[in-house]
Amino acid sequence: MNLLEGLTPELVVFVLAGAVCIVGALGVVLNANPVHAALSLVATLFGVAVLFLAQEANFLAAVQIIVYAGAIVVLFLFVLMLLGVDRAEDLSIDALGRGQRVAAGIVGLGILALPLLALASTGGEATGARPPTTAPNAIDKTTPDINQLGESLFTTYLLAFELTSVLLVIAVVGAVVLARKVKRADYVEDPLVPTVSEAPR
Amino acid sequence: MFALDPLFSGNFDTTVLLIVLGKVVIAFALLLVSVLFMIWFERKLHADMSNRLGPNRAGPFGILQTLADGIKFFFKEDLLPDRADRRVFILAPFLSLVPAFLVFSVIPLGGVFTAEKQGIVTIFGRETYLQLADPPIGVLLILACSSIAVYGVMLAGWSSGSKYPLLGSVRASAQMVSYEAALGLSVIAVVMLAGSLSTHDMVLVQAGEGFGGILPRWNLIAAGVVPFVIFVIAGTAELNRPPFDLVEAEQELVGGFHTEYSSIRFALFFLAEFMNTVTMSAIIVTLFLGGPAGPTFFGPALMWGPIWFTSKLFIFLFMFVWLRATLPRFRYDQLMDLGWKVLIPVSLGWMLLLATLNVAGDAGWNTFVVAAAAVLIGLLAYLMLVGAIATSARRREQAELEGSIR
Repeated sequence: MNLLEGLTPELVVFVLAGAVCIVGALGVVLNANPVHAALSLVATLFGVAVLFLAQEANFLAAVQIIVYAGAIVVLFLFVLMLLGVDRAEDLSIDALGRGQRVAAGIVGLGILALPLLALASTGGEATGARPPTTAPNAIDKTTPDINQLGESLFTTYLLAFELTSVLLVIAVVGAVVLARKVKRADYVEDPLVPTVSEAPR
Repeated sequence: MFALDPLFSGNFDTTVLLIVLGKVVIAFALLLVSVLFMIWFERKLHADMSNRLGPNRAGPFGILQTLADGIKFFFKEDLLPDRADRRVFILAPFLSLVPAFLVFSVIPLGGVFTAEKQGIVTIFGRETYLQLADPPIGVLLILACSSIAVYGVMLAGWSSGSKYPLLGSVRASAQMVSYEAALGLSVIAVVMLAGSLSTHDMVLVQAGEGFGGILPRWNLIAAGVVPFVIFVIAGTAELNRPPFDLVEAEQELVGGFHTEYSSIRFALFFLAEFMNTVTMSAIIVTLFLGGPAGPTFFGPALMWGPIWFTSKLFIFLFMFVWLRATLPRFRYDQLMDLGWKVLIPVSLGWMLLLATLNVAGDAGWNTFVVAAAAVLIGLLAYLMLVGAIATSARRREQAELEGSIR
């Protein structure tokens, strides 16, 4: 019975969703086929969405699915299929040279160590429990989270919000310009290639 | 405006659990039966419209034809293509079926929508809503499911390891992602009117006495007709139904994304497609036509919710069949032009107009002046868009011309 003592529903959800996240993340890295990797990414995103739901961040969970799983990964898959790079790759070949994998491993471990250190320094443990409503900046339980989010986005953090959207527009315009430039490169005169007027009729 | 299902406000005991389980079973069965009916209805109606008889062998008026077809599907050989990606190939039909089921869980199927009842009915001494779930993000759940449904089509085409399905799925993903934007933008208009994302609240604001005592208080009228029209067009495109069925254009792509599928796996796609048609109609009814809300005449008030819901649903089921029987398929560039150059700008402009009027109403400004100014700005933006499109078309033509001269 001692085993089941600390087993709250929150903990069960947390562990299950966390496991889905981790398995998905490993799948992204270890799958040789890029389409399988993208699908593993979707599993991770779903796990994160469930974790958001468990914390009563309903809106964030929905956005996680709509934007990340529904738009971004679909775009990944679309590009994979369109370019025809959807075949399995040989992962034993180190494309970027010998030290790349070691460096990537060190950086990854460092990034993993940061949240673990933060968790250890607060003396807390990850249980998936909801934050107490008595906390100083606890969310108001009487209004839906989407109303609170909207209010802070469009009042307190309006400037940051608008700047972010401007940044996104710049990124889109930049992407379009870059994509067009590739097309222009076709027009560069290549002395070795006969132009249409020189070509024998 | 933060009303949860009153079923869960008390303590959670066996009765509550049984009610929830009962709702799950009823919603599931209802959707399956309505799909069986819809397939028969579509075949029969389509036959009538093209002067044929349609199914008339199994049962009265051929009503058991779908059942017979379903049984046949079960006993067919299940083929797995040699070049298919096995795991994804098996997974794909379920990916398109599950979202179709999930959407139906947030649709209000009935309830007494009067000022004092607020859509609450009493079953076994417990007060509850007549819908499986009423999450505070109801509408977003619908959008999320429609964006997940893309995966089923996309992966089915890719994993088949054959060129026609792949082409079909590339078309499908481009089409569904493009029209999702218009779909979402037209939903915002409705969300602004309700001030909530919950589907139950959506129905609640549309219940009761309407404009001038004659017209109903539906969002169809309250939001202006534009979001409704855009939603129906974008919804038809999301469903991949004619005239937007380029995904499975038979003349070009054999069967589209499900060419390589056979037996029960194909049946799952077929089921999902018709299920999506039914749920999309239900979504339109809920968002724009007041769902189960409507006047009650005689008998128990509880009876009228489902009656109104079903009769409104029928209008759209009929409409989808009618569209299929009438309209020729779009060409691909027409499809993209309609989505990106017409539907998205118009729905965006309309959303901004409604938001402006909303703010003007709160601030007590002159509605007429504000509306006129907003329309003027909208027109200017429209002219700029037309100018931009014309310029880019001219430039492209010029570039092509230069290229051909050189």
